[in-house]
Amino acid sequence: MAATTPADARLASDLYRYSRYARGRAALAWMWDKPIARALVRAFITIFLVTTLNFVLIRLMPGNAVDNYIQQIMQEQLLSYEDAKQQASSLFQLDLNAPIHEQYFKFLGGLLRGDLGNSMLSQGTPVFSIIVAYLPWTLFTVGLGLLLSFTVGVGLGLVAAYRRDSWFDHLVSTGGSMLSSIPNYVIALLLVVVLGTQLRLLPIAEMRGATSPSVAPGFSIGFVADILFHAVLPVSVYFLATIGHWILSMKSATLATLEEDYVNAARARGLTDGRITTAYVGRNAVLPLVTQLAIQAGYVVGGAFFIESILVYPGLGLRLFKSIDQRDYTVMQGIVLLLTVAVVVANLAADLLYAKLDPRIGRAGGANG
Amino acid sequence: MSVAALARPTFRDRVTGFSNAVLDFLRLLSRRPLGLVGLVGVIFFFFLAFVAPIFIPYQDRVDVTAIYQPPSGAHPLGTDSSGRDVLNQIVDGGRDILIVGLVAGFFSTLIAVTFGSLAAVVGGKVDSLISGATDFWLTIPHIPIIVLLGSVLKFNSIFIIAALLALLAWAGLLRQVRAQVLSLKERDYVEAARSLDLGLFHIIFKEILPNMRSYIAIHFILAMTAAIYGVAGLTLLGLFPLSGRNWGLMLNFAYVRGALFFRDSLWYILSPILAIALFQLSLVWLASALEDIFNPRLRSTG
Repeated sequence: MAATTPADARLASDLYRYSRYARGRAALAWMWDKPIARALVRAFITIFLVTTLNFVLIRLMPGNAVDNYIQQIMQEQLLSYEDAKQQASSLFQLDLNAPIHEQYFKFLGGLLRGDLGNSMLSQGTPVFSIIVAYLPWTLFTVGLGLLLSFTVGVGLGLVAAYRRDSWFDHLVSTGGSMLSSIPNYVIALLLVVVLGTQLRLLPIAEMRGATSPSVAPGFSIGFVADILFHAVLPVSVYFLATIGHWILSMKSATLATLEEDYVNAARARGLTDGRITTAYVGRNAVLPLVTQLAIQAGYVVGGAFFIESILVYPGLGLRLFKSIDQRDYTVMQGIVLLLTVAVVVANLAADLLYAKLDPRIGRAGGANG
Repeated sequence: MSVAALARPTFRDRVTGFSNAVLDFLRLLSRRPLGLVGLVGVIFFFFLAFVAPIFIPYQDRVDVTAIYQPPSGAHPLGTDSSGRDVLNQIVDGGRDILIVGLVAGFFSTLIAVTFGSLAAVVGGKVDSLISGATDFWLTIPHIPIIVLLGSVLKFNSIFIIAALLALLAWAGLLRQVRAQVLSLKERDYVEAARSLDLGLFHIIFKEILPNMRSYIAIHFILAMTAAIYGVAGLTLLGLFPLSGRNWGLMLNFAYVRGALFFRDSLWYILSPILAIALFQLSLVWLASALEDIFNPRLRSTG
């Protein structure tokens, strides 16, 4: 629209401003300025992409799980192709006779209702109920391990930075870099072999599982103690495998913060050392680490696959291992999807927490993400 | 010296230049004890995996009278559940792990450098797409996805395994490459190359990348550690069809046959555990020493 006179131009811009299109754009722009909205959109897209990847892998790849399953039950149960297809349809929650894009949208719709299909091996067991049974143990051990290592690691890193080049600094930094470079499953194996088998300090065989069958479930001290007893090994592995990262990151973040002007200013104003350490140095150094918590959570949830399999701890990692071993694709798919959602939600939580801790981020048009 | 000689360094100039650079590097490294330990460790393990097998002949003799022996003169690291020499298996078992690490490191560096510099140089929609894909990959749990891919894709070649594991580490490097290229592309010599219309390929590979050699080397090492973490762990659980002898498979036998809980098997289990752990440690220490030397901004915080 070419405006010829100023009045025309005003009219054109008014028309634009009040059009639905412009209002939509303004709403989008307003949302885009909110980092929280952006984080939500990103989380949604990530989950959507992983879901699609899942669908493609299970349904579309040559020699995919669905086709394999149909071939298998045709041979095993002497079914016709149509009957086998029917069975596969109900198992995978897919209408295999429908065009592929309809199958895809139905699959997505099912997921929205929490319908992940049934297990291929234990017929009639919904994947969702399997996940509900195993997920809490993973969340509990990974969460506790990360929380402990974050607290202790940040403390040690802060002290190491203050006592730079002391024996304490060298000990903690070297130990931290050793622990963070050794694979987590190696730590698990070492704990089992050294503390369990060789020194007999831990009853490894009894510590398998999440609870002992002899202890009745309920809100009793005995049951809680039993849960903690079984969680000791996985939690220690997560603790040891992640603490090095926190020590090293906190140390370098603190050293960088100590050189900031506002710390010198605080000193010049005569604030006590304790106040400077907690309110000025510690708080600002720990800020960037909060977002790293989410990234670490991703690694640890991935690592839980190894740790739970080695320690025989019944979380999602162990269940995933079992389903791969048994080629139970529906369970495999459901667990991978859920682990992704868990990590994405952790990331989202970290973003929100960071916005809360650092007021600059929460404001419109703050940092870029 | 003629102008031609200035423009084209002779072979001899290159050799002296290179050896000077190596000497400089060693001098800098010698001030970082952990880095030196790392370098020695990496050289040791490469030697162990690729050279030692020539001198220590392959032996697979089963001796049921000498099961799980402690170290002795004949068996410096003891024997396994069938009385085979453990040292022999350690020497032989490094090659495949190291090859997977090297190939995966190469692939993941290639992905990161190509797409990271592409995103930074081209910008716009290409940049948004590549950055979005990187963010996506950084948020999802890698090991389960790789396991899912591995179980759906049929594979048996060591290169496909390496390609799969290359997925573990590319995203972090890509972000750094992108950031680096974004800052380098504003430099004068890149502006000059652009105004001379030397082409995208020339600008990326001849002007920008040579200034990022240290970054690329460091991340190549870190990508190697990620791949080795994946290949050893997944072989340990029996999910990768790596055949022949390797450290992961040794642990797999210990895991499947319950040797973990057998007191006499200590040396058999500890050997691959220590091989993996020490090799990873050497790589990480070398990489962080390199980071210290080549990115002096961080030197003060080391």
